[in-house]
Amino acid sequence: MEGNIAELGQYIGVGLTAFGMGFAALGVGNVAGNFLAGALRNPSAAAGQTATLFIGMAFAEALGIFSFLVALLLMFAV
Amino acid sequence: MATEATGGGLEFHPMDQFVVKPLFGGAEVHWWTPTNVTLWLALTALASIALLVLGTRGRAVVPNRAQSVAEMAYGLVHKMIEDIAGKDGLQYFPYVLTLFMFICFGNMLGLVPTAFTVTSHIAVTGVLAMAVFIGVTVIGFVKNGSHFLELFWIKSAPLAVRPILAVIEVISYFVRPLSLSIRLAGNMIAGHAVIKVFAGFAAIAAVAPVAIVAVVGMYAFEVLVAFVQAYVFTILTCVYLKDALHPSH
Repeated sequence: MEGNIAELGQYIGVGLTAFGMGFAALGVGNVAGNFLAGALRNPSAAAGQTATLFIGMAFAEALGIFSFLVALLLMFAV
Repeated sequence: MATEATGGGLEFHPMDQFVVKPLFGGAEVHWWTPTNVTLWLALTALASIALLVLGTRGRAVVPNRAQSVAEMAYGLVHKMIEDIAGKDGLQYFPYVLTLFMFICFGNMLGLVPTAFTVTSHIAVTGVLAMAVFIGVTVIGFVKNGSHFLELFWIKSAPLAVRPILAVIEVISYFVRPLSLSIRLAGNMIAGHAVIKVFAGFAAIAAVAPVAIVAVVGMYAFEVLVAFVQAYVFTILTCVYLKDALHPSH
């Protein structure tokens, strides 16, 4: 066996951040799915709301990106 | 059928593409050293100038291809500001269009094979995000004075929950430059690293066909992401501008 316990913890931590990214993916999918559900009920109002769609996606995605950042920090900065 | 790993040929680390190197040899990087970042930043600026200035030089009534693209970008950003920040946001249109073109070209030029992606570095996106953050804060205080602080003290909420909301609003206000810069840089790093990881699998004969198809698919997806991230950055700038111009609602 080689390596030390800190490195082990580092890699486990990186793996755990995948949960963050996965749940952020759920959030982004939720935004897009609800937009589509709304857009199909009233297609004429959908075109004006694409900006809102992207803002919502960006906010949901930001938290997944934060966990990706934590993974990068653990891998390359710690 | 060869199933064993062929090894050799494609030996690289997925993160190697983000290394800052001096352009004309040498190992040390000082602040004045021309590096690959300098080169691709300059190319990004030149490309957006070329599209917007040279593309519209003819001022044709029936536009050619370059002029159509330039007009589409202009119209997209113009409509975005008008819809979100309102008519009085239009005085900041030149800056927002510059921001959009710069990020869009930075992302797109990064997709050229062997190119360097400037927007994958938090040093670059951090400056863009801090410029937006500081600019928007200054605009907010200049336009509204102390009324700008009503952004954090929400009048429509019951008095009891206002302090709690104020704490949340202040935190979410100061996390803005962080989330703006990390969203852009993170998306670029992740996408390009994934392409390189799949390219690494192409060295293994058994999975090579799948890997090559995956690289093509990821590349197409990255072209979409490159545009969407520029769009998202710009649209969030417009949202922040709206908060600065009309903080009370």
